Amino acid sequence: MWTIIEQIFPYAIVFTIPLLITALGGLFSERSGIVNIGLEGLMISGAFASALTVNFLQDKMQGSTILWIGLLVAVVVGILFSLLHAFASINLSADQVISGTAINMIAMALTVFLARNITGSGNIRITSGFTPFDVPVLSQIPIIGDLLFTKTYATTWFILVVLLVSAFILNKTKFGLRLKSCGEFPQAAQAAGINVVRIRYIGVMISGALSGLGGAIIILTYAGEFTGSVSGLGFLALASLIFGQWRPLGILGATLFFGFASTIANVSQVIPELAVIPPIILKIFPYVVTLIALVIFSKSSQAPKAAGEPFDPGKR
Amino acid sequence: MRNTIVSVISIILGLIAGGLLMLFIGASPIEGYTYLFQGALKNISRIGDTLATATPLIFTGLAVAFAFRTGLFNIGAAGQMLIGGLCATAVALTFDLSRPILILVMILAGIVGGGLWAFIPGYFKARFNVHEVVSTIMMNWIAYWTVYYVVPGYFKGEFLETESRKLAEESTLRTPWLTEMFQGSYINLGLFFAVIAVIIIAFIINKTTLGFELKAVGFNRHAAEYAGMKVNRNIILSMLISGALAGLGGVALYTGNASSMQIGILPSQGYDGIAVALLGANSPIGVFFAALLFGILYSGTGFMNAMIEIPPELANTIIAIIIYFAATSVMIHRLLNKFRKTRSNANDVNGPVGKKGEA
Repeated sequence: MWTIIEQIFPYAIVFTIPLLITALGGLFSERSGIVNIGLEGLMISGAFASALTVNFLQDKMQGSTILWIGLLVAVVVGILFSLLHAFASINLSADQVISGTAINMIAMALTVFLARNITGSGNIRITSGFTPFDVPVLSQIPIIGDLLFTKTYATTWFILVVLLVSAFILNKTKFGLRLKSCGEFPQAAQAAGINVVRIRYIGVMISGALSGLGGAIIILTYAGEFTGSVSGLGFLALASLIFGQWRPLGILGATLFFGFASTIANVSQVIPELAVIPPIILKIFPYVVTLIALVIFSKSSQAPKAAGEPFDPGKR
Repeated sequence: MRNTIVSVISIILGLIAGGLLMLFIGASPIEGYTYLFQGALKNISRIGDTLATATPLIFTGLAVAFAFRTGLFNIGAAGQMLIGGLCATAVALTFDLSRPILILVMILAGIVGGGLWAFIPGYFKARFNVHEVVSTIMMNWIAYWTVYYVVPGYFKGEFLETESRKLAEESTLRTPWLTEMFQGSYINLGLFFAVIAVIIIAFIINKTTLGFELKAVGFNRHAAEYAGMKVNRNIILSMLISGALAGLGGVALYTGNASSMQIGILPSQGYDGIAVALLGANSPIGVFFAALLFGILYSGTGFMNAMIEIPPELANTIIAIIIYFAATSVMIHRLLNKFRKTRSNANDVNGPVGKKGEA
């Protein structure tokens, strides 16, 4: 049993990280009062941007610098793309769910359109991504070393730092408290002199940046090729956000759960102890558990109260 | 009327954006659109294919629009289609019935499958206030994996693990007379059922107490509750009907347009249903025409791709952009208002002054 856990752990973490960072992005958007169902599309745009950048640079440069450049470009593209959603839902009071759906559709169609025009096949391949490594010294620690510090990616540590910083910003800084107030009672925030429109723009842009990062990490760690989709991970991130009750640590827990459940389902056939369980049960397990969790949590939902509502300064 | 204008403007803006994209990749928009519309409408067989492409979209568009009317966002049409299609395929491959009865049972199976798949989120919404957007997405993935394992497990194709056995020609919705009339097109009876569905749903929404109550719940849930309507029951019922429509879309897609089910694919028609409903302003007739437009874009795009170097994803891109404009219709409304204001101001200056003397 222990060897199984040891084997699964690194893969589960690798799968968790893009989900975690995207859900964290969704957290900033929803906390500011804008529901962002377009996370999937934002991830795709980031995946596309990073794949294209790395594909373009890999003949000209060496080393891992190009990978970090790829991540940076994904962040920028994610931000730019999220502005479409911000403009529609903040300035034009569009239905945020529909606007987010449009974001998803545009990203899915446009990226493949452009990829096909560039490469001819609709896929963009990169020759090398981030390579897993064992953290020196720490990986020698018994138990924890094997689980957490072997076969890890640089991006994993980077994202965990982002998580910590985000939690700090949201809960301890003036900006974070202002952001949350815009999602709870924007009229009161406005009365207190907070520029609700600006804060919400920033919230949506952060979600674009982090989702773009999430999509790029998929390409640059385990996928290695852009194929026009992130297989519903954006929606899963959205579910993690709700499952995690709109809190950074809750999101960490929810995404770890999805990471492990998916990894177990993926490797179940090669592990005798798990092969006895019908694969369909393992595959639908995370979704069924999410449904059950939604049923349990929805009574005491911690959702930002104003999320999804267009901001109307005159409303009381 | 107003909604129609907004939709038409959105379509025009979407087509312009598509033209700009063609220019961007160095193709001629005029040539591109000529081939696109030729590919969809050039001859009777292509027109048949266009209508067939539109058929599942009519169903999913109706499904989404119907739920919308009750204030519910059914994003799970894809999963409901899969289950509806799976039930119908299972019936067609299992039972040996005479054709009219078999078709009837297949359709019932599709309705039950799709309806059940939407009942669960509907029940969760009514009973526990679980947001239907997330629960229907979860149901989509559960449907995806169900098909993924049920098809190879029980209805495996002769040659491929990844698709179901092919339905016999007489177990599909295709009929010889239609196929001959449209010169070999894959148009099928699904289109007729879709038209019937449009009429029935229009009747339910506009002429029945149920339709009125559903709309009332959509406008203001609390007011409807106060007026003594059974809000929770209406939410469940609305999702049930919506899912049944999407399930029928699955029947049309998998046993009409196609004759087998592939695994590992969520049908894109499920998400396009959102677009169709939005563009059709949630009215059944509007849905019908929006689905026809999307049918043209989708079925013409292959021909365009063959004739000129434009990727077929152009159709999806145009549709996505149309939806963005439809979603941000406030912008168009504002422009229309401005336009109207300047016109009525102009009338104020000339009109009443001139008429004063007559009175």
